[in-house]
Amino acid sequence: MTVKAIGPYPALHKDKVENFHGNQMVIIGWDRHLMIDAPMAFPLPPGMPFGAFQSEVMPAAFAAHPDWPQIDWSTVEWMLDGAPFTPDMEASLTDNGIGHKSVIRFVTPGLDGIGGSGS
Amino acid sequence: MAKKLNMRERYKLMTQLGWDTTYQSMDKVFPHDKYEGIKIHDWEAWEDPFRMTMDSYWKYQGEKEKKLYAIIDSFAQNNGQLNITDARYVNALKLFIQGVSPLEYQAHRGFARQGRHFRGEGARVACQMQSLDELRHVQTQVHTMSHYNKHFDGFHEFPLWHDRVWYLSVPKSFFDDANSAGPFEFMVAVGFSFEYVLTNLLFVPFMSGAAFNGDLSTVTFGFSAQSDEARHMTLGLEAMKFMLEQDEANVPIVQGWIDKWLWRGYKVLSLVSAMMDYMLPESPISWKEAWEMYFEENGGALFKDLERYGIKIPSFASICASEKDHLSHQVWGILYNHTAAAAMHTWVPDEKKMDWLSEKYPDTFDKYYRPRLEYWREQEEKGERYYSQTLPCVCQTCQIPMGFTEPDDPTLISYRSSEYEGEKYHFCSDPCKMIFDNEPEKYVQAWIPPQQIFQGNCGGESLDDVLKWYQFNLGKDNMDYVGSRDEKRWKEWKGMDSEDSKKTGTEDS
Repeated sequence: MTVKAIGPYPALHKDKVENFHGNQMVIIGWDRHLMIDAPMAFPLPPGMPFGAFQSEVMPAAFAAHPDWPQIDWSTVEWMLDGAPFTPDMEASLTDNGIGHKSVIRFVTPGLDGIGGSGS
Repeated sequence: MAKKLNMRERYKLMTQLGWDTTYQSMDKVFPHDKYEGIKIHDWEAWEDPFRMTMDSYWKYQGEKEKKLYAIIDSFAQNNGQLNITDARYVNALKLFIQGVSPLEYQAHRGFARQGRHFRGEGARVACQMQSLDELRHVQTQVHTMSHYNKHFDGFHEFPLWHDRVWYLSVPKSFFDDANSAGPFEFMVAVGFSFEYVLTNLLFVPFMSGAAFNGDLSTVTFGFSAQSDEARHMTLGLEAMKFMLEQDEANVPIVQGWIDKWLWRGYKVLSLVSAMMDYMLPESPISWKEAWEMYFEENGGALFKDLERYGIKIPSFASICASEKDHLSHQVWGILYNHTAAAAMHTWVPDEKKMDWLSEKYPDTFDKYYRPRLEYWREQEEKGERYYSQTLPCVCQTCQIPMGFTEPDDPTLISYRSSEYEGEKYHFCSDPCKMIFDNEPEKYVQAWIPPQQIFQGNCGGESLDDVLKWYQFNLGKDNMDYVGSRDEKRWKEWKGMDSEDSKKTGTEDS
């Protein structure tokens, strides 16, 4: 469907990647850890290696959660834009298929939030 | 001296003021009332919902103003702010002046525009009167709250905050959406969905919250607005029934707007749910109870009545029903996370409040929400109050951080997305996605706060830069209630020892 309007109504995408000064927006959420209220968003260089994203960016959003230090990263399950995904830690975000406004979700088996509450 | 007219003669002379134009075609004079596809065959069938002439309107409103301002004056002279239950209550007023009063002004503008654009003069006059009411409401609200502005943080830049601050983009974008729609959609959006169906979930919680917490001045502006609100409800319902009665082809269009706008309004009200359940020291009613009474029962009866026009209750009512046990807790969690960037305070509720929440939400509070609040309290007691250091992903439609869960699993965030012209868009729910998918061109241009910060349009890159651009008094307007200037002053006025409370968290003795 489309907007009913009194004249031409072009689609002006306000958040195209070229407006982010060389960065792209990446969204990441931790399943069953709702103390962190929502998936968090970051403007990141597309060439950033996934390993750096995990070790340098993700803690800003999640390290305050008491489950964070207990994560066994070898068991973490990842999803990218709704599909299961195995990140290559050495490769860049782009080479991992992570585009502008991609959503990454991760599951930490055995860790289900504060007291198992999903928080 | 001329003979004085009786009521009926005066009403007739003062209301039927329209005519069919001849120098220009009616379509040129009223260019906006056909493009939405609504067919009107007989504007004469419009029934005046107000039954009031301008002279009686001025007289009536003038009398209400006199009473209201007498009470506002006496509230100020008697330092009425000292009689509220607790300074935490004032945060409900901050939310009101920042989030709701600017909508009154937007409603004033919106109804003024419809008062120009309908070709039936009955509809035009009714919209003009509502436009004046809305202007009066924003003025009386600002005047009432100006007293609180002298004694509390979080009031001083409310119009600028409404335009800039992240959580206020929720109500702002709601009204921008309505004001950029056509005149008939606006009437369903604001007149019917908001003023008729949802108004009791907005005004009653604030006004009964004020009454329960000793805030006489807010109760009084509520009363002063109440008779206006009753007229606005009548206009909203009349406008919608008029569309439905004029042509059967209007029914699916109106149904689509009801589905869109009740959901848009419901999402705005999620902020009110957190206010009701968490901000009010004394809560008259929980969000869940209010939803059941005002939407499920009263709204259910209304939709039963509308069945004869072929109108159905929106299908997402089942989502609201499953969310009513979670909504306020999730929204309070969002506000608590991002209080460093909010012009109001949040806090961990005290034991008494948590017990009230357990009682009102027996199936969900202890299981899903108490654990996180207790953890936050422990952190705060260690001097490590948790604040999110990052920016959330925000729903493209309702603009609330994506902190809402799946209807069938309250431990998993509900992620929805769409791609339009190769660009990705994210939503908090199926209805928000549906609204976007129906009119993507409209929502791709939304001013989404985190994206705007990333693009460098909000003062700079750091949180400090953004908060300066917000024109916050840093450390005063924002952050936790515990340790705030509001708390310190309150304790001084009340002769309480503020050091005690810092040691023991948020509980007052």
